Amino acid sequence: MSDDNAIISIRNLDKTYASGFTALKNINLDIRRGELFALLGPNGAGKTTLIGSVCGIVTPSGGRIHANGYDVVRDYRAARSLIGLVPQELATDGFESVWATVSFSRGLFGKPPNPAYIEQLLRDLSLWDKRHARIMELSGGMKRRVLIAKALSHEPEILFLDEPTAGVDVDLRRGMWEMVHGLRKRGVTIILTTHYIEEAEDMADRIGVINRGELVLVEDKHTLMAKLGKKQLTVYLQDPLNGLPAALARDGLEVSNDGYALTWTYDLHREHNDIAGLMRDLQAQGIHFRDLHTQQSSLEEIFVELVKERS
Amino acid sequence: MNIHAIRAIYRFEMARTGRTLLQSIASPVISTSLYFVVFGAAIGSRMVEIDGISYGAFIVPGLVMLSLLTESISNASFGIYMPKYSGTIYELLSAPVSVGEVILGYVGAAASKSIILGTLILATARLFVDYQIEHPLWMLGFLVLTSVTFSLFGFIIGVWADGFEKLQIVPMMVVTPLTFLGGSFYSIDMLPPVWQTVTLFNPVVYLISGFRWSFYGVSDVPVGISAAMTALFMLACVAVIHRMFATGYKLRT
Ligand SMILES: Nc1ncnc2c1ncn2[C@@H]1O[C@H](COP(=O)(O)OP(=O)(O)OP(=O)(O)O)[C@@H](O)[C@H]1O
Ligand SMILES: [Mg+2]
Repeated sequence: MSDDNAIISIRNLDKTYASGFTALKNINLDIRRGELFALLGPNGAGKTTLIGSVCGIVTPSGGRIHANGYDVVRDYRAARSLIGLVPQELATDGFESVWATVSFSRGLFGKPPNPAYIEQLLRDLSLWDKRHARIMELSGGMKRRVLIAKALSHEPEILFLDEPTAGVDVDLRRGMWEMVHGLRKRGVTIILTTHYIEEAEDMADRIGVINRGELVLVEDKHTLMAKLGKKQLTVYLQDPLNGLPAALARDGLEVSNDGYALTWTYDLHREHNDIAGLMRDLQAQGIHFRDLHTQQSSLEEIFVELVKERS
Repeated sequence: MNIHAIRAIYRFEMARTGRTLLQSIASPVISTSLYFVVFGAAIGSRMVEIDGISYGAFIVPGLVMLSLLTESISNASFGIYMPKYSGTIYELLSAPVSVGEVILGYVGAAASKSIILGTLILATARLFVDYQIEHPLWMLGFLVLTSVTFSLFGFIIGVWADGFEKLQIVPMMVVTPLTFLGGSFYSIDMLPPVWQTVTLFNPVVYLISGFRWSFYGVSDVPVGISAAMTALFMLACVAVIHRMFATGYKLRT
């Protein structure tokens, strides 16, 4: 299952913490160059642990991780130079200025100073006006953007965003996604976690779902939606029905409580979702309808179902 | 070698000192001055000379050492403890830096501060007592070696500590007593013979003795042994730090 196009490859990764708790179980995952990969999972699933293992914060108990071909343990210098990390926790040096802390990060990652680049970065993140402010004077959302600026300060090829939008208002969130789009255009590979599933639905190329330390699914987003998505057809009736006529009966077809609607839930990938057939049968029964409506289940519903199923 | 990283860490740490100038520079200088006033000028004038050196002058090297040790430890331990405490350590752990580079940055900054501090204390002492420095290069050598060694030691304490109490317990409960009992205020041959032997197990004795030798040419133990013991302690600290990072001790989970 090795992928030549993989910028990150994770093989048989295990992590058992000193407490004895096993947070990751035999994770195998390839992240493709230039993609936006969304890692979803409930609280405590192991998302942060997985990211920490790649970035050098968590020492894996077993397995191998490569970033652009470099072993993250043995060739840590080459591997880490490629990676930027925005942590989940808002950890900042309160007494430092925004400018100083972002410049510090660039140096720490081995890059010579580049004030013009840092300026552009701070402007992109709407932090330019705050460049001289001490970090403790900033709001939570601003601090999160400072962390993003720090992570991007050394122009990484791979960016990990561990819940970047937690506590960020709608406007700024939109701005942040614009920036992420811009990074992708430049070829930056992005791995993000989020609890806002609709964000993943909008943004991601591929989705991974982790639950209780196990990677339960990795799939192209569209394939996933098509494969797991259920479609629902609602037929609004002119006259109410008293229960479902036997002639109409088929899997997943129900009458609403007030009798004014029929809902038919079917799997997208099933063969026998014969809508035309249903229409003919309605006609034959003399049932007239006012309107039709179809709806496809969202990633959130898919996700909730997946996690529920496995736990 | 990630020179940019070393420079970034060093600058960051020096900037931190800049913000806490009162605490990290002014307060040790003032408290040491008080010692000079009380022991050097007031009491010292009634004390007999030790090894032909006036008491006020005799205590100068020991007092400089006292500040050097405590300040090196507290500066270096604080420097690495704070990122652990605030969580910003994640960045250091995820950065392409080696143990050596981290040490050069943090310990280099802490040692620089100590050297500046030691120099300031010596300059201040001049206002109260008259002393000479017979071997200035050795004096400088001991000043630098001690600052580096105890900054390394402080770094270890900072990594080891998981609370503010632990951070302060070693300087307060171990280093200060050892320094007071290490001949800061007396020559160890003023002690009863049994205690002279016991004292030789106190590593600080070697530091103070060597340092004092560089001032006045007299010492409790041969200067070569002093230098060797200090260097040995330094190597031990480096080894411990290397081991800590290799195993991720208290840093990586
Ligand atoms: N240092 C640690 N020692 C012991 N257990 C830990 C440690 N860090 C995390 N864990 C445990 O490992 C599991 C996974 O934690 P992790 O932080 O990776 O979850 P997550 O998916 O990021 O969750 P969230 O969505 O809440 O951020 C949790 O059960 C957590 O309690
Ligand atoms: Mg997490």
